[in-house]
Amino acid sequence: MYKYDQYDQQMVDTRVAEFRDQVKRRLAGDLTEDQFRPLRLQNGLYLQLHAYMLRVAVPYGTLNSTQMTMLGDIADKYDRGYGHFTTRQNIQYNWIKLEDTPDILADLASVEMHAIQTSGNCIRNISSDQYAGAAADELIDPRPYAELLRQWSSFHPEFLTLPRKFKIAVIASETDRAAMKLHDIGIRMVRNDAGEIGARFYVGGGMGRTPMIAPVIREFVPLDQLITYSEACLRVYNRYGRRDNKYKARIKILVHELGKEEYTRQVEEEFAHLMSQGIEPPLAELERIKQYFVDPALETGLSDDLDLTDPDFRLWVERNCQEHKQAGYIIATVSLKPVGGIPGDASADQIRLMAQLAKDYSFDELRVTHAQNIVFPHVKKADLYTLWQKLDEAGLSTANLDTVGDIIACPGLDYCSLANARSIPVAQKISERFGSAEKQAEIGELKLKISGCINACGHHHAGHIGILGVDRKGVENYQLLLGGSEGADTSLGKITGPGFDEDGIVDAVEKATQVYLSNREDGERFLDTYRRIGMDPFKEAIYG
Amino acid sequence: MKILTGNDLKTGAVIWWTGVGWSLDVNESADVGEHGAAIIAREEGAQNVFAAYIIDGQKDADGVRPAHIKDRIRALGPTVRPDLTLKPSEPEAVNWVI
Repeated sequence: MYKYDQYDQQMVDTRVAEFRDQVKRRLAGDLTEDQFRPLRLQNGLYLQLHAYMLRVAVPYGTLNSTQMTMLGDIADKYDRGYGHFTTRQNIQYNWIKLEDTPDILADLASVEMHAIQTSGNCIRNISSDQYAGAAADELIDPRPYAELLRQWSSFHPEFLTLPRKFKIAVIASETDRAAMKLHDIGIRMVRNDAGEIGARFYVGGGMGRTPMIAPVIREFVPLDQLITYSEACLRVYNRYGRRDNKYKARIKILVHELGKEEYTRQVEEEFAHLMSQGIEPPLAELERIKQYFVDPALETGLSDDLDLTDPDFRLWVERNCQEHKQAGYIIATVSLKPVGGIPGDASADQIRLMAQLAKDYSFDELRVTHAQNIVFPHVKKADLYTLWQKLDEAGLSTANLDTVGDIIACPGLDYCSLANARSIPVAQKISERFGSAEKQAEIGELKLKISGCINACGHHHAGHIGILGVDRKGVENYQLLLGGSEGADTSLGKITGPGFDEDGIVDAVEKATQVYLSNREDGERFLDTYRRIGMDPFKEAIYG
Repeated sequence: MKILTGNDLKTGAVIWWTGVGWSLDVNESADVGEHGAAIIAREEGAQNVFAAYIIDGQKDADGVRPAHIKDRIRALGPTVRPDLTLKPSEPEAVNWVI
């Protein structure tokens, strides 16, 4: 994975020193909160419901064991012994003290990490496929391009005060594991008719209060023009995106209001201009970056055999493991969704254990997924049973990936100052209602996502079943959505009808699954059945 | 009653105006009547609190209860982690929020 060079390290160290001074001035009363707020937000420090919250960037979700260990140590030393992995492949700490923050950032910098651009109207952490570099189905490894975009977007002076925050995802397989079309810019690596690999640009997607699926604005951008084209997309947005209305400031609104054709025309015009300016990084820089993403020392000639006589292990392999590009290896996902647990939370001990296991069994690498789980990308099949046993001992062997128990949930009103309703208790109740392995196996793939407000951090628009918490005269109320997807077949869920209380929404989810089980045809997932039979049978069962 | 809440500058902890200072315990909240804005201006100016605001609450035999669920969760702590609330030895205290 990428290693900081002297410039990266100096930039991060300098920012830590700068923030240390800003905190000192704030505590001394030399800065007011109004003056200090934008400074702390630029360093990922929010004020949430109970305390300061620090969001740490995990570029495209990739971590090494040393970094993961540090995340566990920070949870113990400065927080309350746990961290929360987010839908942007980052980690958040909920109980941070302002006076500790400079030391935390210094600790992070010591392992080549930071919290810069995890807040504010700038380009946020670049996200990617959590299986990048390991997946059997990818065209190329997208991480060097994600890293190039990270370097381009970090401290980019033109894009630090955009009309609104800006999120970019990069993938390189047909199977979209990064909700790419629901980003401000989604980039998918594709091969053209001439056999060349380039980038397909999707621009103007997003969730929030106005969910939109990004249209394709350019089928093929040569890879040596990737940054220039990205810059053109951002420049048009920066110039014409609405700054008068926060709720209409995202690029999706601009693309929608201008129309895809007009937005594209303006981007192409800007792109032509920029091409004459020579802003693309030299190929040598891309080649330098690529060297950090060469395959680990994978052995060849290994057997693909696995002893699956242990039924619990077998279930976990079938549910949580994916094909690796190299024979004899496998990709293993640790679900952070135990039955009745808090989605995405991990204790400091669990974080450190996963770090150690990655060191022992996955070439020192881990990935954070946007579904709030952790991946060991390169596990030798011969080691898999031992790895699973160690995970099992630590309560990390839940076999529920992509099932109804693998719920994405935002922190909701238990932690978030923007939320209108609690998400986590609903996730816990659903997880418990559908907790048995038999029930989850019977239902199969079902992606359930819960947001505690319209900002949609829990991706409810994109859930096969989505739940949106709202405030109804001071009382929590939950709307049910069906039919969303964030995969290659991206779609937006539709609201079934009137909302429910906390117990009512759990019952409604169960009724929806019963409709599916009664109507499904061979091989159909919940989403397939919904798409075939439509909303009416579900509404009839739910509202009767 | 009108009560004041905000955050402690150093720790970020949720605090409540008692009439003479700030407390972690919502039950020590004082009714500020019409004086909330003036108290906030003075206390924020003195760096004793930040992000302060006025909310409705009511006092009964059990103590002071903020009117809105968001402020009740602020007063107690996350309902999903009773061990991290201000009443860790009383898991049932989360029912007070709802």
